[in-house]
Amino acid sequence: MEKKIKTIYPLEEILFKHFGEHTDEWKKSDHPSVTALRHEAISYFEKHGFPNQKMEKWRSTNLTGVYEEPLEIFDRHVAFDKKLSDIFLCEVHGFNTQVISMLNGSFYSPENHEITITNEGVIVGSMASAFKKYPNLVEKYFGKISGYQDDGFKAVNAAFWRDGVFVYVPDGVEVKNTFQLIKILNQPNLMVNTRNLIVLGKNSRLTFLHCDDSVNHNTGLTNTVNEIVLHENAELELYKLQNLNDDSALLNQTYVHQDANSRLKVNVLTLNGGMVRNEITDQLNGQGAESQISGLYLMDKEQHIDNQIFVNHNVPNCNSSQLFKGIMDDEATGVFNGFIYVARDAQKTNAFQRNNNVLITSAAHIDTQPHLEIYADDVKCSHGATVGQLDNEGMFYLMQRGIPYSDARMLLLFAFADEVISKINIEALRISIEDMVKRRLRGELSICDRCVLHCSNPEQPIVFDIDISKI
Amino acid sequence: MLLNIKNLHVSIAGKEIIRGLNFSVNKGEIHAIMGPNGTGKSTLAAAITGREGYEITKGEIIFKGQVINDWSPDKRANEGVFLSFQYPIEIPGVSMTNFMRTALNARREYKELPPIPAGEFLKKMEEKKKLVEIHSKLTNRSVNEGFSGGEKKKNEIFQMALLEPELAILDETDSGLDIDALKVVANGVNQLKSDENAFIVITHYQRLLDYIVPDFVHVMYNGRIVKSGGKGLALELEERGYDWIKDQFDD
Repeated sequence: MEKKIKTIYPLEEILFKHFGEHTDEWKKSDHPSVTALRHEAISYFEKHGFPNQKMEKWRSTNLTGVYEEPLEIFDRHVAFDKKLSDIFLCEVHGFNTQVISMLNGSFYSPENHEITITNEGVIVGSMASAFKKYPNLVEKYFGKISGYQDDGFKAVNAAFWRDGVFVYVPDGVEVKNTFQLIKILNQPNLMVNTRNLIVLGKNSRLTFLHCDDSVNHNTGLTNTVNEIVLHENAELELYKLQNLNDDSALLNQTYVHQDANSRLKVNVLTLNGGMVRNEITDQLNGQGAESQISGLYLMDKEQHIDNQIFVNHNVPNCNSSQLFKGIMDDEATGVFNGFIYVARDAQKTNAFQRNNNVLITSAAHIDTQPHLEIYADDVKCSHGATVGQLDNEGMFYLMQRGIPYSDARMLLLFAFADEVISKINIEALRISIEDMVKRRLRGELSICDRCVLHCSNPEQPIVFDIDISKI
Repeated sequence: MLLNIKNLHVSIAGKEIIRGLNFSVNKGEIHAIMGPNGTGKSTLAAAITGREGYEITKGEIIFKGQVINDWSPDKRANEGVFLSFQYPIEIPGVSMTNFMRTALNARREYKELPPIPAGEFLKKMEEKKKLVEIHSKLTNRSVNEGFSGGEKKKNEIFQMALLEPELAILDETDSGLDIDALKVVANGVNQLKSDENAFIVITHYQRLLDYIVPDFVHVMYNGRIVKSGGKGLALELEERGYDWIKDQFDD
């Protein structure tokens, strides 16, 4: 039998070498379960390598360029030597957040504040510290929702992660402040593997804003795995704000387990980034669970966006909806794959999905595909996808009112995006995002030297929330 | 003369719809254009307002002494041409307030005037809202989103009141309106009418003309104006229908 020749990419070699050099050192500080997981994950990766376009899930996303980058696997602890506010300044007017900071994949905080617990028992802090301080609590959930097999990047993350954010909200606690995770890379050519875990106890509530930002134009690869557990009747609002430079790649996998009557609301806003992939897998495991996953992507130049949404109705009486909208300019390319799975016993399921795209140029491209796998017979499911140009009727209506072509175009694009933006419940955040989207559409949104929200200085929503005449 | 149309020919996708139309409007006048379906009434409105896809193959549209055949729709609008749409477009995510402020400021910029101060704009809006009996909450909503048929048409007249055009074209404004909404719309038009502006009312039925009394009535058939007269012509059409026109002018 002929032996298959497998290409080993430079980044794979770097990873194997790095693992060999560091595994003994990691073992000293790791929880035994983490050590075991690392070894299982690296052997999976040795066998399967990075994903390629022959795999259905990766058919329209080519990452070969990334695999050939000589990236540094960054896992050093970043010394806390600057004031937090010097690096992470993020002010949204009228919006109280508790900021959690990560620099180059490492939790960034004074040593003694790496993990905190409030009077109500809310734990928030570094994942690495959480494993030391609350080993039983963390081990109960860690790696259980995501697994590590079936995907090369997930395996790499399981083998190489060094830090991330851990949040635990006990039963019955409603967290008032929004938690805001700001992740920044400020060194060139890094690959960063981070791991976040959010656990919400029964009847608890949390709003979490997850920002991925670039602070310069360096090449970088962020490979994040998020695990989220929502126990009975818990509610999570999760906002992902992605504004990275054109040379950055962001791979983002999110796994959610939902118990009975829990409610999940996700809004993924991709404003910029060379290559962004959001994979969200939501397991509806308890009756009465609800899931609303929406997203907006505004891509141009040669950027690539890939949204893969999997919603699994494993039990009866759950509701889910997926709404993704995108504006593709220049030679941008994109993928939307929305999966709905309804198990045989999952009767009385309501599952909806929609993906709408506006292509500004003839060179822009999007592949959109619904995948419905339904084994129950008493269900309501629907899906719809559109790809089109701006509406001529709408353009004429606006221009007939005296609004010039370019302004009319901006206004209609903004109106198109607004269906997703309007799902943001926090008003101050919504106004900031509206402002950012407008500036993005005008081509004025830049990668700032600080958190991107800080660049924003929106008008106050007193009488005129938006001055469209200036769009 | 405010509007002068000479030997106008208009084609859509190579098919000639308007075939040699002559028509003129002076300030202070109300003209009604009537006629059976598919005779080119809405095409005429589209040609005057500069809609894409309506190709003028021959003839001239002269507005305030200038040939506007090649002008963009926004330039025509800013010079004072307004169209009340038969099917107004919904624009989710853009409030009526913002939309009208944008439109007013576009006009002011065109005339090299500074943007309208917020206070002045609000005052003006309140004033015009009363004219068409529009509720306050309607202007806080997105443009035409979830508006009833009547609300959409009232909203067109409200926009007209704010933009104060010199030439307003009402394209089938009466379609889908109940009698109360029709009265409100007509009342708005009558209050806006002055010696400085003119109206072209495109309608299928005489009903609207009971409330907006025209100075002239024209009948369009096969892409031309085939008959003109006073308001009595509308009543005659109501009584006799269009068949006698068709019999007389069929090619």
